[in-house]
Amino acid sequence: MPQEVGRQYKEIMGKYLESPSEEDLYVGQQFSRRFIEKEIAPEDVISIHKTALIELHPELQDEVWNSLDFLIEMMIHYGLTLREHQSLIRKQEAIQMEMNVATKVQDTLLKTKMPCVSGLDVGYISQPATQMNGDYVYFLNKKHESGVAVADVIGKGIPAALCMSMIKFGMDGLPDGNTSPENVLGIINRIVEKSVDDSMFISMFYGKYNAEDTTFSYASAGHEPALHFTNSTGEFSELDAKGLLLGVKPDTEYEERSVVLNDGDFIAMMTDGVTETRTEDGFIDMNTIQNLLREVKDMSAQQIAEHVYHHLAELQNYRLSDDFTIVIFKKEPEQV
Amino acid sequence: MQEMNLQVELLEQNSVQYFKVVGEIDAFTAPVLRERLAAVENVQGLKAELDLSEVDYMDSTGLGVFVGFYKAVSANGGHVKITGLNKRLNRLFEITGLNEIIDIEQKESEDHNATL
Repeated sequence: MPQEVGRQYKEIMGKYLESPSEEDLYVGQQFSRRFIEKEIAPEDVISIHKTALIELHPELQDEVWNSLDFLIEMMIHYGLTLREHQSLIRKQEAIQMEMNVATKVQDTLLKTKMPCVSGLDVGYISQPATQMNGDYVYFLNKKHESGVAVADVIGKGIPAALCMSMIKFGMDGLPDGNTSPENVLGIINRIVEKSVDDSMFISMFYGKYNAEDTTFSYASAGHEPALHFTNSTGEFSELDAKGLLLGVKPDTEYEERSVVLNDGDFIAMMTDGVTETRTEDGFIDMNTIQNLLREVKDMSAQQIAEHVYHHLAELQNYRLSDDFTIVIFKKEPEQV
Repeated sequence: MQEMNLQVELLEQNSVQYFKVVGEIDAFTAPVLRERLAAVENVQGLKAELDLSEVDYMDSTGLGVFVGFYKAVSANGGHVKITGLNKRLNRLFEITGLNEIIDIEQKESEDHNATL
């Protein structure tokens, strides 16, 4: 095949040397793509040029031939660098393939089921800033209660995804009757603390809605406070509870608190990708988020979550700087 | 992406390793800080003071650096103190509960125009 390329090269160059024209020069430029396609190294291109020139103009002086040999030597390292570059591209493609697999594994392994208890409307959005999501939402469903973990793993990518599986399997392994928020965080903290390296940690909010007495109990491991909207007053309050990040200290205790939800009340649980939204003018403040939530307070939980997401993503020109997660638990009238 | 500058200055005063950090601590600059701190974190009984009064912004990656440093230093019987936090940074340490385990001092004259 290289001989074929050499023959064509000679033909094109011969034509050009006979009567130089812009048109033939352009043909040559187009032809150079064939060299690239066939992965012909720069030094080999010069060899082809030299062979063609010998055949076309054998009468040329030795200086010309010697200078071409010299040029071939000059090009050898360019050729090596080019091949290195090509092999890097291939490696990168392989890594991308693995990333795609990892993302799929993350999706299936960490899948969660939306809760379904009477009187509670649930909606959520979790949108990664890059390919792998460092935020994690997991629902724990029992007959009369719905628990939700909203977590943010510091340290992104694949290690973060592995960390999330600890949360999920830790929660799935909880014995019945041990699902109070302080217990859940205490147990997961012990699992995480034993398993992660020093600069990795997780912030997590755990909330549980009890359909029998319509209370929402919660605890926080170093996570953003949730917002509680009271429909009768139209006011928000922050649900914060004392508690250290997961994975820092083994014997951490978590404070547990609770509020009663009435019809139309809702809880918004978020990660810092929401509260720390950064625009060209600086950070947004809590009021922005509260106003967004208030605008759609009468809509469904899913619509509320989507409204906040679309508005804040728009403020960032749809390029999220951090993973974005919001979960809404909304108390609705009991269905008969 | 804006500037990716972060300066870390190390001064030793009366056996206290005093670090002055200037700039923004995020995913791009955190490795610089991590590297500087890692150089001393295994010293037995280290006394370290980190001055963050000229750090306007820090994200959770930065927090990770401090947690890692705190854990390593404590494991070696040392002490970490963080000073000069602005309101935003102070809130970050409060929410994460880290203010309960790390010795923290807020900025002396917290100015009122700090972003909230």
